[in-house]
Amino acid sequence: MVNTRVSAEKRHSRIARRNLINGLLFASPWIFGFIVFTAYPLIASMYYSCSAYSGLAAPKFIGLENYVQIFTQDDMFFKSLKNTMYMVVVALPLGLIASLALAMLLNQRVKGITVYRTIYYLPSLVPAVASAILWMWLFNPEIGLFNVILKSVGVTGPAWLGDPAWAKPALVLMGLWGTGGGVIIYLAGLQDVPQSFYEAAELDGASAVSKFFNITLPMISPIIFFNLVMGIIGSFQYFTQAYIMTHGGPQDSTNFYALHLFNSAFVDWNMGYASAMAWILFVITLVCTLVVMKTSAKWVYYGGGD
Amino acid sequence: MATAERSRRAGYARSRTIWAYVVLTLLSVVFVAPFYWMVVTSLKTDRQIFEVTTWYPDPVMWSNYARALKFIPFARYTWNTLVICVMTMIGTVWSCSMVAYSFARIPWKGRDALFLVVLATLMLPGQVTMIPVFMIFKWLGWIGSYKPLIVPSFFGGAFFIFLLRQFFRSVPNELSESARIDGATELGIYARVILPLSKPALATVALFTFIGGWTDFMGPLLYLNDPNKYTLSLGLQQFVSQHGAEWSMLMAASTVMALPIVILYFAAQRTFVEGITLTGIKG
Repeated sequence: MVNTRVSAEKRHSRIARRNLINGLLFASPWIFGFIVFTAYPLIASMYYSCSAYSGLAAPKFIGLENYVQIFTQDDMFFKSLKNTMYMVVVALPLGLIASLALAMLLNQRVKGITVYRTIYYLPSLVPAVASAILWMWLFNPEIGLFNVILKSVGVTGPAWLGDPAWAKPALVLMGLWGTGGGVIIYLAGLQDVPQSFYEAAELDGASAVSKFFNITLPMISPIIFFNLVMGIIGSFQYFTQAYIMTHGGPQDSTNFYALHLFNSAFVDWNMGYASAMAWILFVITLVCTLVVMKTSAKWVYYGGGD
Repeated sequence: MATAERSRRAGYARSRTIWAYVVLTLLSVVFVAPFYWMVVTSLKTDRQIFEVTTWYPDPVMWSNYARALKFIPFARYTWNTLVICVMTMIGTVWSCSMVAYSFARIPWKGRDALFLVVLATLMLPGQVTMIPVFMIFKWLGWIGSYKPLIVPSFFGGAFFIFLLRQFFRSVPNELSESARIDGATELGIYARVILPLSKPALATVALFTFIGGWTDFMGPLLYLNDPNKYTLSLGLQQFVSQHGAEWSMLMAASTVMALPIVILYFAAQRTFVEGITLTGIKG
């Protein structure tokens, strides 16, 4: 009796050890990648952020000077942060609402709906550079599609990307065109809502509005939450479109945080300064994400289990 | 009574359907218009672009495409982009499936804690690690080569590890157990049981990695400096900054760059939709 228990335990620990070795071996690509491309860079970047560092000579420790300079002498830091907050506070919610509305529209059981789904989804597949070039053309003040249409109804359109007041809204408009990925995610969520919920509500004489707020919205709230969190992280890194279309202009109205950071690092070769900016970005993103997560208990509904 | 109620309902349903079509179609026009304008512009003469705006090209200037393809070294850029895409596809599918297998199918001590670290890296803005990673590649002498764009894919990415782990977990345990009784090693179970059953998920990862590589701009911008090695994204962007007003050529080039992805979508529509759903929902 005792003997078999001991040998069972031995076997158990042997299996556990074998599993540990196999597990680590299979996970080793990621573990190595994590050390080289994440863990070490995190430490190095923290050190750079406290250094004068051009990327050529060795970094020279200067304490918190970069941070002090960012907060006291860099107007562009605040301007770029404000521009970026516009994307987080205006563009992101607009995008979330638009993609949910489109998904609900596409959730109708009518013939040919797959054709419409394809049409709404395709723009999100256009490579960023191609769509940036396309929209520069659409926004052309004299001969772009927008102002040609506006002119045909007697309205003189704005200069869009050339006007500090219109450049950000123009980028938002372009973003809405490419909202298809989010639409598909919502659509899948909507299709998972049990039809019986709606039927029961209809028997009780519920209106369409009340069905939306009492059934649809709670049921897909986990998806909204997921899209919101990923959207916040993504919005704070808004870069490519501004780099290609406006170079941050006009009058720095589209100089976003990530663009300012990129220019500090790879145009001014001020790697230490840019690293400090990166850490500030990280902290801001983290705080926003945590706030959303904290409030999520109040508005995200998780149905039974998985 | 009942008949009246039913016909009232049917009437309501019909008018609802009609309204749905009206709204769907109007919005479709909005979504298609930029595409239409892109293709139409790419086929116009300069006169039709700059002097008299027309809604369709007349005559149809197919030669704009030939001109754009000659002006921008398209074949070279396409080849460069394909090399990067295919290599990162191989790297990502291999590394992410290995790592996901470990997290999904092997019960080892510390696994779940480490998986939380994998998920946490999703929250990390790329800007924080960008500069040190750049310096590593500089130290290795890899700046100007494709290695900084390709090699990291061989070390797994949090997003696809997460996706594949979800999928691998849904494979019944009996299958691996019976293979194990037959003497299969962990590597054998991974290669001969799990991978063949996970083709849809692997296809999703391959597809989205390919598209990611095809559209990536920041990576090539950071690491490539020789115009002969430019990708489509970077080459096109450089072309814009030099010849900003050549709209017909630019639209032709944009069309040519977007086309492969659109074709890919129609060829693999199911993989697309399932992939987006998988990545987006099960979070």
